[in-house]
Amino acid sequence: MKHRRLLVLAGVVGAVALVTSLSVAAASSDKPARTHQAGAIAAPKVPNAAAIKKKYGGQKITFVGDSVGNGHVRDLALAKRFTKDTGIKVSVTPHPAASDAAYSQLARAFSSKSSSIDVAMIDVVWPGAFAPYLVDLKPKLGKQSKLHAAGIVQNDTIGGKLVAMPWFGDYGILYYRTDLLKKYGYSAPPKTWGDLFKMAKKIQDGEQKSNPNFAGFVFQGNSYEGLTCNALEWIASAGGGHMIDNGKATINNAKAATILDAIRAQVGKTTPRGVTSYQEDQTEHAFDAGDAAFARNWPYQYGIGATAGSKVKGKFSVTTLPHGAAGKPVGTVGGWQLAVSKYSKHKDATIEFVRYMTSPAVEKFDAITNSNVPTIPSVAKDKAVVKANPYLKPAIASVARVTRPAKFLKTHYNEASKVIYQGINQILNGTPAKNILPGVQSKLNQILKQK
Amino acid sequence: MSSVATPAPAPRRRRRRRTKLQRRQTRLAWLLLIPALAVVALVAIYPLGKTVYQSFTNQQFLAGITPTKWVGLDNYHQIWHDPAWKHAIILTLKFTVITVSFEFVLGLIIALVVNSSFKGRGVMRAVMLVPWAIPTVVAAQMWKWMLDDTFGVVNDLGVRAHVLSHSHAWISDPSTSLGAVAAVDIWKTTPFVALLLLAGLQVIPTDLYEAADVDGASKLQQFWRITLPLLKPAILVTLIFRTLDALRVFDVFYVFFGNRLDTQTMAIYIQSTIIGDGNVGLGAAASVFMFLIIALFVVIYVTFMRVNEE
Repeated sequence: MKHRRLLVLAGVVGAVALVTSLSVAAASSDKPARTHQAGAIAAPKVPNAAAIKKKYGGQKITFVGDSVGNGHVRDLALAKRFTKDTGIKVSVTPHPAASDAAYSQLARAFSSKSSSIDVAMIDVVWPGAFAPYLVDLKPKLGKQSKLHAAGIVQNDTIGGKLVAMPWFGDYGILYYRTDLLKKYGYSAPPKTWGDLFKMAKKIQDGEQKSNPNFAGFVFQGNSYEGLTCNALEWIASAGGGHMIDNGKATINNAKAATILDAIRAQVGKTTPRGVTSYQEDQTEHAFDAGDAAFARNWPYQYGIGATAGSKVKGKFSVTTLPHGAAGKPVGTVGGWQLAVSKYSKHKDATIEFVRYMTSPAVEKFDAITNSNVPTIPSVAKDKAVVKANPYLKPAIASVARVTRPAKFLKTHYNEASKVIYQGINQILNGTPAKNILPGVQSKLNQILKQK
Repeated sequence: MSSVATPAPAPRRRRRRRTKLQRRQTRLAWLLLIPALAVVALVAIYPLGKTVYQSFTNQQFLAGITPTKWVGLDNYHQIWHDPAWKHAIILTLKFTVITVSFEFVLGLIIALVVNSSFKGRGVMRAVMLVPWAIPTVVAAQMWKWMLDDTFGVVNDLGVRAHVLSHSHAWISDPSTSLGAVAAVDIWKTTPFVALLLLAGLQVIPTDLYEAADVDGASKLQQFWRITLPLLKPAILVTLIFRTLDALRVFDVFYVFFGNRLDTQTMAIYIQSTIIGDGNVGLGAAASVFMFLIIALFVVIYVTFMRVNEE
C-alpha cells in the first residue's frame, strides 16, 4: 500500500517538475523577438538560384550560426530566403553566446568527425586551430574572396588554403547617452579613461536618485573570450603593449597594471558589481534598458538600440573608446567567418550557401539590419550602409585596430586566452594586478614555448 | 591456540574432491556471468583503462597538430605543480563538506517531519520534492537571475525588508560565491536526501517504539537509541551518494561562474583542460587524480559500513 502511494507521489512530483521547468524555459524565451527594421529591407534574392536548385535542390544542411543580439533572427531570415530560392534546406542552430564555449562545441564536433555540422561561423582567431577540419574554399569562392578586405582574407588563409570566408567584422566602440551628457553639462564624450570614470560617477550619482539600478559604465567582465578583447583595449590604449609582442609575453608591465587597477577600482562603484559576470548580451540589455550612461560593445548593439521601441532610440551615439594617459584610442579586432566542415555530406550545396551569405548583397543587408561591420570595403562605403551605421564614419572607423595574439599562439590560442581572461577577471574581482600579472606572463611564456 | 594449525592443505583437497556436477555448475555460472562481465568491461574498465593510458601521453583534442607520443609522468608532474588544480581540489572538498553536512541535517529533519502522521502529509511529501525534480541547469539559471545584483528578486526583497543595506552581487563577489552556489545545491538536493532517509525510516518497525513507550523512554531517547542506529544503513548509502555527487559537481558551477578561475571544481578544470585547451593528456591525468580521490572516499565509507555490519 505504502509503495503504491509512493509511486503515485513520484508521478505527481514528476509532473509538477515538468510543468515548472517548462514554464521557466518559456519565461526565458518570453523576451519579444526584436526583429529590427524588418520592413525596411528584405533578405536579398539568391543569384543564379535556378541552376543551384537543379543541382542541389532537396539537400539538407545545418548551419551553426549566431546567438548574440539579433544574429539568430537574421540567420533565420537569410536561411529561409535561401531555402525558398534554391530548395536546399538549411537548419539554423545558434551557437553558445560565449565564443570560447562555441569553440569547444566545434572542437567536439570536429574531433568526433561528425557530419552533423555543415557550415559554422568561426571567430577571427580560430582558422589556425580548425584548418585541418575545414574545406579549402579557394577553388569555388576564390574569386568572391577578392571582394573582401585583403587583411581578413589573409587571416583566413592557412597554408595556402582559404579555410573560411569573411562574413562580418567587429571592433570595440564606446556607446554613450547624448541626452545624459547634455543633462550633466558635458559637451563631448570622454577622451580618456579618467574622464570616462569622472563623467560616469557624476551621471550615476544623479540618475540613481530616480533609478537605483543605474550604472555609469558597463562592459564585458565575465571570465570568457570577450574579456580578453576588452582587456586588450584597456592595456593597448594605455601604452601597455598587446599582451604578447614579438613572440614574448609582455602583459606584466607597469602601464598595464595601472590601467587594470584603475578599472578594478570602478567595479561596484561606477559599474554594477556584477559586471564581472557580464557578456555582450548583459551589456546591451543594461544600456538599452536605459540603465547605463556608457557601454563598451561591438557595433551590433547600435542596430538594436536604434530600433523603434528601444528605450534609448535617438538618445545615444557612438565614438572611439577612451585611452590611457600615455596612449591613443584603439579597438580590438573581432569578426566572424563562415567555414565548411570537411565531414559535411553536402559540401557543394553548403559552399553555395556560403557564397550567398558572404555576397555583397547579404553583407549590405546585415550591415543595415544588424549594424554589423561589412568585410567588403565597397559595401562599407555604400551610402545607405553608412547612414545606418555612424560607427562607419571615417573618424571612428579609422581607429587603430589591435589584434589578439593569435598569430603567436596558433593552435594554443584558446588555452592562452583562458589564462589571460581568468587572470583579468580575478583582478576585476578584487585582486591587485601586481599579484596576478607575473603569473599570467609566465604561463603565457610557457605556452609560447610549447608550440 | 596451543598447537600450530596447518589448514592450508584442507581446502586444496576439498577442491580436488569436487564432483562432476559441481564442476558443471561452476562452468555454467561463469557462462552466465560472461554477458555481465563483458558489459562492465565495455562501459567501465575500457574507458578507465583508456583514460589512464592517455594520461601518460601528450594527446591533443584536435588532431593533426602534434603527433601523440608517450611522455611518462610529465602530465602528473605538471598537474602536481599547478596551483589551479590544487585550488580546484580544495574548493571541491570545501563544497562537498558544506553541502553534504547541511543536506544531511536538513534532510533528516524533513524526513522525520514527513514520517510522522499529520493532515496533508501526502501533499507535503510531493511539494518537498519539487526542487529536486527540476533539471539542475534550469534551476541554476533561475537562481542566477534571482541572485543578480541589479534585477534579482533576492536583493530586491532583502533591501525592501531591510535585511540588506544594498544590493549584493552574490555570484560575482568571490567572498560570497561559494556560499551562493552551496545554498542552491542544498536547496536542490536536500529533498533527495530526505527521500532516501524517509525510505529508511519507514522500514523501522513501529512496535519498537511501542515497546519503548511502555518502558517509559522519552522521545529523545527513542531517537538516539532506536531511530538513529536502525537508520544507519540508509544514512551511509545517502552519504555515499551525496559525497560522490558533490565531488564531481559540474553543472551548477558552470552555469553560475563559467570559466572563472577561483570557482573551478575538479570537473570544470578537467573539462576546460580537455575541451577548451585541447590538452587531453593533462586532462586525463587530472581525471585519474580525481578518480583516486573519489575512490578514497568510497573506500572509507565502505570500510565504515562493513565495520558497522560486524
